[in-house]
Amino acid sequence: MVSVCFYFQVHQPLRLRRYSVFEIGHNNNYFDENKNEAIIRKVAHKSYLPTNKIILDLISNTDGKFKVAYSMTGIVLEQLEKYAPEVIDSFKKLVETGCVEMLDETYHHTLSFLYSKEEFKEQVEMHNKKIRQLFNFKPKVFRNTELVYNNDIAGFVEKMGYNGILAEGADHILGWRSPNFLYRPNGLNKIKLLLKNYRLSDDIAFRFSEKGWQEHPLTATKYASWISKINGNGNLVNLFMDYETFGEHQWEDKGIFEFLKHLPFEILKHEDNDFVTPSEAIKKYQTVAELDFPHYVSWADVERDLSAWLGNKMQQEALRDIYVLEQSVKSSRNPTMIEEWRKLQTSDHFYYMCTKWFNDGDVHKYFNPYDSPYEAFIAYMNILNDFRIKASSLSAVRLVE
Amino acid sequence: MKVLMFGWEFPPFSSGGLGTACYGLTKSLSKKGIEITFVLPYSAEISDADFLKIIPAGNIKIRKITSVLQPYMSSQDYKNIVRKKSSPKIYGSSLFDEVYRYTLAAEKIAEEEEFDIIHCHDWMTFGAGIRAKQKKHKPLVLHVHATEHDRTGGHKVNQYVYDMERHGMHNSDKIIAVSNMTKNKIVENYGINPEKISVVHNAVDFSQHCFDENFEIKKNDKVVLFLGRITLQKGPDYFVYSAKKVLEQEKNVKFVIAGSGDMEPFIIEKAAELGISDRVLFAGFLNQDDVERAYKMADIYVMPSVSEPFGITTLEALKNKTPAIVSKQSGVSEVIRHCLKVDFWDVDEISNKIIALLRYKPLHETLKENGYFEVKKFNWDVPAEKCMQVYNELISKG
Repeated sequence: MVSVCFYFQVHQPLRLRRYSVFEIGHNNNYFDENKNEAIIRKVAHKSYLPTNKIILDLISNTDGKFKVAYSMTGIVLEQLEKYAPEVIDSFKKLVETGCVEMLDETYHHTLSFLYSKEEFKEQVEMHNKKIRQLFNFKPKVFRNTELVYNNDIAGFVEKMGYNGILAEGADHILGWRSPNFLYRPNGLNKIKLLLKNYRLSDDIAFRFSEKGWQEHPLTATKYASWISKINGNGNLVNLFMDYETFGEHQWEDKGIFEFLKHLPFEILKHEDNDFVTPSEAIKKYQTVAELDFPHYVSWADVERDLSAWLGNKMQQEALRDIYVLEQSVKSSRNPTMIEEWRKLQTSDHFYYMCTKWFNDGDVHKYFNPYDSPYEAFIAYMNILNDFRIKASSLSAVRLVE
Repeated sequence: MKVLMFGWEFPPFSSGGLGTACYGLTKSLSKKGIEITFVLPYSAEISDADFLKIIPAGNIKIRKITSVLQPYMSSQDYKNIVRKKSSPKIYGSSLFDEVYRYTLAAEKIAEEEEFDIIHCHDWMTFGAGIRAKQKKHKPLVLHVHATEHDRTGGHKVNQYVYDMERHGMHNSDKIIAVSNMTKNKIVENYGINPEKISVVHNAVDFSQHCFDENFEIKKNDKVVLFLGRITLQKGPDYFVYSAKKVLEQEKNVKFVIAGSGDMEPFIIEKAAELGISDRVLFAGFLNQDDVERAYKMADIYVMPSVSEPFGITTLEALKNKTPAIVSKQSGVSEVIRHCLKVDFWDVDEISNKIIALLRYKPLHETLKENGYFEVKKFNWDVPAEKCMQVYNELISKG
């Protein structure tokens, strides 16, 4: 028996303006509204809408045998509500089929767990509330920003009541073990751990259109045969990827939609195969072992660690500086300030400052709205300085009161 | 392999990047076994001993052509000479006469020397190159370090110089451009087939001239440096306007302008007019050791060039662990990632970046470390090998 568990990440950051030092103290406008609107509309039409339609058809044409899970950030939901509400409607239709599970994460797609557990909890609760309101769905499985995971996160999330959590099936954690089973986080009994099969996931997410790849072109039949081969060596294949893989990272003219349309049928041709959502996987399978993640692991880059966000001094300082403001921002009890502070925590802002791959230029460059990581840092720090002035004037007002 | 090279300046008697580039390139070529005869104008005061100090023994031979003009004139010297003449026009013709004299003398040297390839550096030597080619029927390589369009910022292009460049380019067998930017200019402004042009980016010499020291100026202030000829091409005016904007935000900063040139009086007056004379220091033309010290003293190097075919000074700054803000209208910005890039006219953005570097320590440190790491790739062996490739292709073509 092999169960395939698809989870798609749906996220678009709120990109910042190229905020100049001369605007500090004079300009409250941090976000590049025009760019964000243009990108969300583009992605909605190239990826979200056509892919949602395909998934909906697949669910109905397989009589509900095809299943998927989504994690959608609060940030992307807000942008969709504003600029492409038809996408929200199409996700609602998907959830209504009962074959789609929604996962929880931090509302603002942040690294808050590393800096403030209290803030982390509030953001997850915000997200939970948003998903319940929009989709009438109460998530029970958690995935952290960029699959950042360690033992502590699993323990903390278990206490929050989640019964499942997602992580990267990193080689240096798994060793000889296979990602194709359900695991238990170190020392925990209730919460279960689902690990990404990164080879099979990346075959679709990164290598699908790569002509130099020996398996190119990738057909649904070929891919389904790889899945079936796992029979006997595992029972759960977790395919985790960005939703934008479909139509945005891999383009329609390269055949990604055709691949998706055929894949479920090819997989279901083998009678021992089926599809599950993360919650179903947890119910269906026994855990095989306990896994120890003493250090942070993520799904980014070959290092699979935090270096994409915390690899250099600029990133470290920027992150430290934003979280240092927690007390003063929260004590202002000003909802606008708190919300703005949270939007400045989105992990993408720090990803843009990464210099690690700057020498070769690659996937980081593709996602970076700035010409260089230095530009990203300058804009961010200028904004942060303006925000700090606002925060301190607010707390001064409160003192006077 | 023997190369007959025609140049116009050579350190330590040079005023700019051309001399630096010729020196770095010939040194590395000679290390790789290429024999070079370098033909050079020189003033009578410079002795053979002066040359021997800088030329590594072995494969490089210097052939001098005595010239009444000092070959390494700064723009200010230029101006002084113009002033002594009755009219600028007469001066112009005398410079060109001088170039012609160099060409004739060079032709004679070509007759005497044995070589497989002719390699010329910038317009003044192109005539000599063509004559040498006609005499000995050897392939001619022109190395373009700057075009007349760069030197003049596109205004008042000197027709004589332009014609000389164009004639040389069309009569050469191969052109080496110091950047893609320069290659494009050669294609667009001189009508050359892009396939005839190879891009060979410059490099920097890593021999250590001086060491870290404590600078008095840095006790209370941070230092922002401009280093280059004070001419329209180098954008010193944008540097001063940026200084004004920065000083409105940050008090403890000094702006040092190192170099000389025809725009110097204008820049001095401009600083006074903006009320920042006490914060803008003019260091004049610096010798090699002092250039290194200037980079080491500086916290930030700014190169706001209007048109910079390459910009070796940026590599020199990075080599001395000084972060650089570099004009996008430069060749060096094509190849260096770990610097800040600006449009030369964007005074607001230049100031924004200077202030960011002054205020945000992690930015300064990251740029310093990564820039130093990156610049190490730019040693002269790389361009030397590319030049040898060009030589070999031409020779094998016959």
